[in-house]
Amino acid sequence: MENVPVIHVENMTKKFGDFTANDKLTFEVFKGEIFGFLGANGAGKTTAMKILCGLSSPTSGTIRVAGYDAYTQTEMIKKHIGYMSQKFSLYEDLTIVENINFYAGIYGLKKTEIKEKTQNLLTKLQLWDEKDKLIKSLPLGWKQKLAFSVAVFHEPGIVFLDEPTSGVDPITRRQFWEMIYEAAYHGITVFVTTHYMDEAEYCDRVSIMVDGRIEAMDTPSELKKKYQAETMNDVFTKLARKQNN
Amino acid sequence: MTRFKGFIIKEFYHIFRDYRSMVILFGMPVIQILLFGFAINMDIKDARIAVLDNSKDVVTQKIIQKIVSSGYFKLTENLSGTKDIEQSFKNGKLKEVIIFEPDFTKKLYKDGQANIQIIADAADPNMANLLVNYSNAIITDFQKELMKSQNIPFQIIPEVQMRYNPDMKSVFMFIPGTMTIILMLISAMMTSISIAREKEMGTMEVLLVSPLKPVQIIIGKVVPYVFLAFINAVVILLMGTFVFGLAIKGNVVLLLAESMLFVIMALSLGIFISTAANSQLTAMMVSLVGLMLPTILLSGFIFPIENMPLVLQWISNAIPAKWFIIAVKGIMLKGTGISFIWKETVILAGMTLFFLAMSIKKFKIRLE
Repeated sequence: MENVPVIHVENMTKKFGDFTANDKLTFEVFKGEIFGFLGANGAGKTTAMKILCGLSSPTSGTIRVAGYDAYTQTEMIKKHIGYMSQKFSLYEDLTIVENINFYAGIYGLKKTEIKEKTQNLLTKLQLWDEKDKLIKSLPLGWKQKLAFSVAVFHEPGIVFLDEPTSGVDPITRRQFWEMIYEAAYHGITVFVTTHYMDEAEYCDRVSIMVDGRIEAMDTPSELKKKYQAETMNDVFTKLARKQNN
Repeated sequence: MTRFKGFIIKEFYHIFRDYRSMVILFGMPVIQILLFGFAINMDIKDARIAVLDNSKDVVTQKIIQKIVSSGYFKLTENLSGTKDIEQSFKNGKLKEVIIFEPDFTKKLYKDGQANIQIIADAADPNMANLLVNYSNAIITDFQKELMKSQNIPFQIIPEVQMRYNPDMKSVFMFIPGTMTIILMLISAMMTSISIAREKEMGTMEVLLVSPLKPVQIIIGKVVPYVFLAFINAVVILLMGTFVFGLAIKGNVVLLLAESMLFVIMALSLGIFISTAANSQLTAMMVSLVGLMLPTILLSGFIFPIENMPLVLQWISNAIPAKWFIIAVKGIMLKGTGISFIWKETVILAGMTLFFLAMSIKKFKIRLE
C-alpha cells in the first residue's frame, strides 16, 4: 500500500435544512486500499457516498477525490471512478457483450480497446461461451461478478461499491471478495459499504458512522482490540449501544 | 457523440426485445385506426325521422323535400298531432321529429318569421347532436335560398354548402383524435415507463455516476421515442389517406411540424411523470389515468367541448391534446396556415417549456 491519498476529506458537512446528515467527516483513503464504510441505515453513508461520487455537493469542508475538487470538478471525478450499486445494475434484456459495450462506451473507451479487453475479461471469467446470452438468463453470482468487472472496466482509480453483496449466498460473496482483492492488488482503491460485519473483517481499514459522524476508524484488528471485542459485529454493537445511552 | 450513439442503440434494444413495447408501438396505432374507422361509425345515413306538418303548404313541403333528398334522413312517418310524437319515439327507431307551426308560409312572408321545432332522441347524445346540426344546416340553407330568390329575382341558386367537412364523414373526427392518443401514448407513457425502469433496475444510479450528464441521459432515452412517434404519425396519416380517403387540405410539412411539437410536449410530460414515479407500474398508472383519460374525454375528440359543463370547458384548456386537435383539424380540413393556428402552437410550446422546467427542478431536488 502506497501512502498516496486518493480520497481526501476534511470536515465534510452536509446539511438538509436543519438536519445534519454528515457532520465534519474527516478521513483519507490511500491508493490500493480496501476501505470499509460502515454504519446503520440512516447514519449518513449514502449521503457521503453521493458527495464523493460527484452526485451531490457538500455544504462545507474540503473534499478531493482522485485529485479533483468535489465542488468544481465533479465531471472529472466521474470520469475517474467506477460505481456498482446493490442492484448490480446490468441491463437484463441486453447480452453480456452488449452490456460491456454500452458501459465502456459511455466512459469513452475506443471500440478496438473494448473488443480486446472484453475478450480478455470474459476468458478470465470463463464466460466467453456465454457472451451472447441475456443477463437475465445468468445466475446471480455471475451477474454480480460481471457487474463488478463492468464497474472497473475503464480502469478507474477508485471504485465505489454500494452494498455489493446484499442478497448473495456466502460462497458467492467469498468469490466476490477475491475479485475485490485482485482489483486492489492492481492498484484500484475500493470504497465499500456493507451490512455484513464479517465482510468488514476483509477490509484494510473501516470507518463506522453513527448519526452523521465517524465514530471509529482503524484497521479491524485495532478496532477489536480497542473495544475489547471478539468480532467486528461486537465492535459495531458496542458503538451503537454507546450512542443510545 | 459515440457515447450518445451507444446509448440510443441500447435504447432500441430495449424496445425491440420487449414484445409489450412492440405491441403498443406498432400494433396499437393500426388497431385503433381500424377500430375507430370501421367499428365506431358516426356517419349519418338514412336516419329515421317523422314530420308533423301543421300547415301542409308549399314552403313546408319544399323544406321536407330538401331534408329527405339530402340522403341523411329518411322520412318514415307523417304525424297528425302532438300526442303522436311520444308514441312514435317509443315505437321504433325514430331519431328525430320535425314540427312546422300552422300557417307557416303565411307567417314567413307576412312577419318574416316562422317556426320549426326539432325534437331529437337524445338517448344517444352525440348522434342527436349531429342530427340536429344537420337539420339546422339544411333549414338555414333553405332560408338563404329563399332570401336570395327574393332579393334578386329570376335567379335561384340552390346551393348546399357545408363547410370544412362536406361529406360529414367521421374520418375527419377520428384521424386527428387517434393521432393525438397514439402520440401521447408513445411519447408520454413509453418514455415515463422506460425512465422509471432504469430507476427500478438501479441502472439510473450507475448512469448518473458515469461521465454522462443528466441532460444527455434524458435526451438519449427520449430520442428513440421521438423517432418512433414520428413514424407512427406518418403511418396514421397514410392510413387515413389510403384506407379512409382522407384528403389533407393544408400543408403536410406544417402538419408534421405540429405533430413534432406535440410529440416533444408529450415527451416532456413523460419526463415530468418519471421524475415523480419510481416504478414502471406507477409511471404506467399515472400516464393512463392522468393522461389518457383526459386526452380521450376532454380534448374534444369524442365529446364536443361546447357541450360540456362550463367547469369542464375550463379544465379542457389545460389539456394539451385539445390545442393539438384544433391545430390538426385546422390544417387537415380547412387548410389553414400557421397564421391561424399560431395561438395553439404557442400554447403547446409553452406547455413543453413548463414541463421541462418542472422536470429539471424536481430532478435537482431528487439528486440532493
